[in-house]
Amino acid sequence: MSMLSFEEKYRVRGGTLIGGDLFDFWVGPFYVGFFGITSAFFALLGTVFIFYGIATGPTWNIWQINIAPPDLSYGLGFAPIDEGGLWQLITICAIGAFVSWALRQAEISRKLGMNYHVPIAFGFAILAYVSLVVIRPVLMGAWGHGFPYGIMSHLDWVSNTGYQYLHFHYNPAHIIAVTFFFTTVLALGLHGGAILSAVNPHQKGDTVKTAYHENSFFRDTIMYSIGSLGIHRLGLFLALNAGFWSAVCIIISGPFWTRGWPEWYDWWLSLPIWS
Amino acid sequence: MKSIHRIPVVLLAALTLLTACERPPVESTQVGFRGMNMADIQNPRAEMGETGYPAALPPASSSGPKAGEVYQNVQVLGDLSVAEFTRLMTSITAWVSPEEGCNYCHNPANLASDDIYTKVVSRRMIQMNQHINSEWQDHVGANGVNCYTCHRGKNVPEYIWFSQGDSGDGNRHFMGWLNGQNQPGEDIGLTSMPQDVFTHYLTSTDAPTVRLASLQPGVDEPSPGTKNAEKTYALMVNWSQSLGVNCTYCHYTGSFQDWENSSPYRITAHYGLNMVRGLNAEYLIPLEGEYPDYRLGPHEGDAPKAYCATCHQGQKKPLGGADAISAYPSLAE
Repeated sequence: MSMLSFEEKYRVRGGTLIGGDLFDFWVGPFYVGFFGITSAFFALLGTVFIFYGIATGPTWNIWQINIAPPDLSYGLGFAPIDEGGLWQLITICAIGAFVSWALRQAEISRKLGMNYHVPIAFGFAILAYVSLVVIRPVLMGAWGHGFPYGIMSHLDWVSNTGYQYLHFHYNPAHIIAVTFFFTTVLALGLHGGAILSAVNPHQKGDTVKTAYHENSFFRDTIMYSIGSLGIHRLGLFLALNAGFWSAVCIIISGPFWTRGWPEWYDWWLSLPIWS
Repeated sequence: MKSIHRIPVVLLAALTLLTACERPPVESTQVGFRGMNMADIQNPRAEMGETGYPAALPPASSSGPKAGEVYQNVQVLGDLSVAEFTRLMTSITAWVSPEEGCNYCHNPANLASDDIYTKVVSRRMIQMNQHINSEWQDHVGANGVNCYTCHRGKNVPEYIWFSQGDSGDGNRHFMGWLNGQNQPGEDIGLTSMPQDVFTHYLTSTDAPTVRLASLQPGVDEPSPGTKNAEKTYALMVNWSQSLGVNCTYCHYTGSFQDWENSSPYRITAHYGLNMVRGLNAEYLIPLEGEYPDYRLGPHEGDAPKAYCATCHQGQKKPLGGADAISAYPSLAE
């Protein structure tokens, strides 16, 4: 694999978080590192566990495959392999692989002298997953509150969990999270559109436009342009909040609220102003 | 302002919002296959309600003359001995009118007279008790019910309902008519759905089926109608609130109507639905003429009626699943 002319000088030793020079090398274009090894290890092991679960389960129908967490009666203990223990092992592997991947991103950032925005951003995605399968189950006292690994089964879990709180759309953190998700898409759509419309000539022979045109477009439309750096700050802010509030919305459902979410708004009706 | 200074402000705001919440740990009971989140989740710090009945009076002798032979105008419970009869009367007083005493129902000058409306109503309520305990064991089980199950020491049970009529406010053809909805309804989990769904579903034994969709796809049958979906949902929210449980206590939400995937509790609830319809239609509504005006509904002047909350009062089993009748077998005949 060929390298770009400037690439070689960045491929330097050092900057690892753990293990010194161990695994501090590239395979083709890929940086390996200690956490590359652990990423691959956990990902492969987890995949093997998943296929073991499918093979010993009742179906190979991809929609119906289901690897479920243990019964609630096992609490926060280990369960037998075929009664949810496999789900526990796969969860450990998944978290191991995701966290390894984030740390590998951190090592590459250090080698390049960059800041840690990328691993931190990825960390929010990990947080959302860990909220579902670790934080909330621990707060509720049983691994059985985690979601099952299967295409239809995890959707059924989502449906049941939603109805457990009567109407999940009334969950205040869910409202915030959904708003951030949609706003992220809006911002990304506008940004992508602005860049491509400036760079792609309107007619053959037109010159390529740059940030001046992009800024002018938004100033003409909404009297304000956030700027070419600011749009990326905004994008990161929106996206991280989407992940963060979705983690909050599921963690508060159960540990911090057991009734229907519409009822939560009773605090408004019982404000001392009019009650 | 540096962004680092905003963090405490945001944390404080988040904490303030959480004060409207509960705190862990919670208690959960699985009611379906593992991993499907078919679970009943309760916060033990939430208000649990009353558990257990007041201590029963010591048993009375069943020998001696019967109440029906000794007293006049004994239309129910006449087979009891005078001692047993007196014991039950004393218990009913404690259950229903502990402050007013015997005279809440009886004319002290003539205990046999039906002058006071409460005596007529009480007689019918005793029959209703016997009917529930003997005919509806599919719902009440071996625990049964007695007066205290609903009354809890009060003349009128706390949880009863009246028809809301045409929902009052304003002209039905102009602004201000709320169509009995669009305001937080205390009986339906503070949602804004139709509030008086009980008249629709709970007043007759052939009331509309509680369902959203056709039971058999493809079969030509009258549709329950889209608007009725809100009524159904409101009724279900009321049940959920009445029992202090969530939807998944009975239903698998991937297929609400499917009995195969429902928890066994749904069957108990189904008997409960039919029981309440029967009680309202045959016992409570026909008493309308007996009540004084101030006991009747504010909108339609209808008799007070029962629904799940009348007995359950926020618990899966009334009074925590305590035994109501083994000490009072005459209420189960």
